[in-house]
Amino acid sequence: MVGLVLVSHSAGLAAEAAALARGIAGCEVPVAAAGGDADGGLGTSVDLIEAAVAAVDQGDGVVLVPDLGSSVLTARLLEEPGRIVLADVPFVEGAIAAAVTAGGGGSLEQVLAAAEEARGFRKSG
Amino acid sequence: MAAGAWLKECARVVAAERERLTGLDAAIGDADHGANLDRGFQAIVAELDLGDEAEPGAQLVAAGSLLIRRVGGASGPLYGSALRSMGKALSQGADLSTALEQAVEAVEKLGKAVEGDKTMVDALRPAANAMALAVQEGIGVREALDRAARAAEEGAAATTPMRARKGRASYLGERSEGHRDPGATSAALLIRALAATW
Repeated sequence: MVGLVLVSHSAGLAAEAAALARGIAGCEVPVAAAGGDADGGLGTSVDLIEAAVAAVDQGDGVVLVPDLGSSVLTARLLEEPGRIVLADVPFVEGAIAAAVTAGGGGSLEQVLAAAEEARGFRKSG
Repeated sequence: MAAGAWLKECARVVAAERERLTGLDAAIGDADHGANLDRGFQAIVAELDLGDEAEPGAQLVAAGSLLIRRVGGASGPLYGSALRSMGKALSQGADLSTALEQAVEAVEKLGKAVEGDKTMVDALRPAANAMALAVQEGIGVREALDRAARAAEEGAAATTPMRARKGRASYLGERSEGHRDPGATSAALLIRALAATW
């Protein structure tokens, strides 16, 4: 299964978004949170992201979903084409769409495409 | 070439200017730029061999990697990538002007920012251009670096009236106008430190 890493400035936001994605897509989907800096404050930690990638990497690829700013820049540095890819998508909607597709056995390309489709989701009308 | 001396001077200057950088960031960002950069450069001084006998390119690559790991804000990946690219270029035999160009291109590519976006690129791009032009004119490296540092300082000062189009300040829209960009300010400090030590 493709793994997902949710990279947020906030540890709480990343953890709860991961819980929501697993709750909707199924708890067997490998979704990990990498939120906050190394001291638990707001920020980004390469070490936390790398540990999360290792935790969800089942050999089928990993999608990184960052929130904004340093999360995006740091995630971009960790990209490995064909193996670890960044999804430029809304954080919550993209994470859920990716998790559902990953849970259905989608490939890395399919999971990434599902996440990107979430960019166009309308909530009303 | 003295990459270690430059890195030590960066750490000294960033520590001295920490409150000013944080104050600039408090106006249009999240008030952590000074503290974040200080943490990163102090780690470089504490954990790396900055002696003159070490290979400058390798020193810069190691310093860049440490910034990426320790800073925790956007300046970590940006300055970290810059130092790593500069180090790689120097290790491959590039001159300082070419290495500086590589560093600035790394920042532009990662942050997808251009001049006028009110970011560190507004200091870094003029510095690289001034250095390249000076070298083309056959001017010695010391004078070329001084021109680069002045170009960076002018570029940083010119960010004050700009409206931010990248980074945290871009969320403020027109409220970002009238504030000098903290990233451009720290970038000018680092280029001035380069001119003072290389």
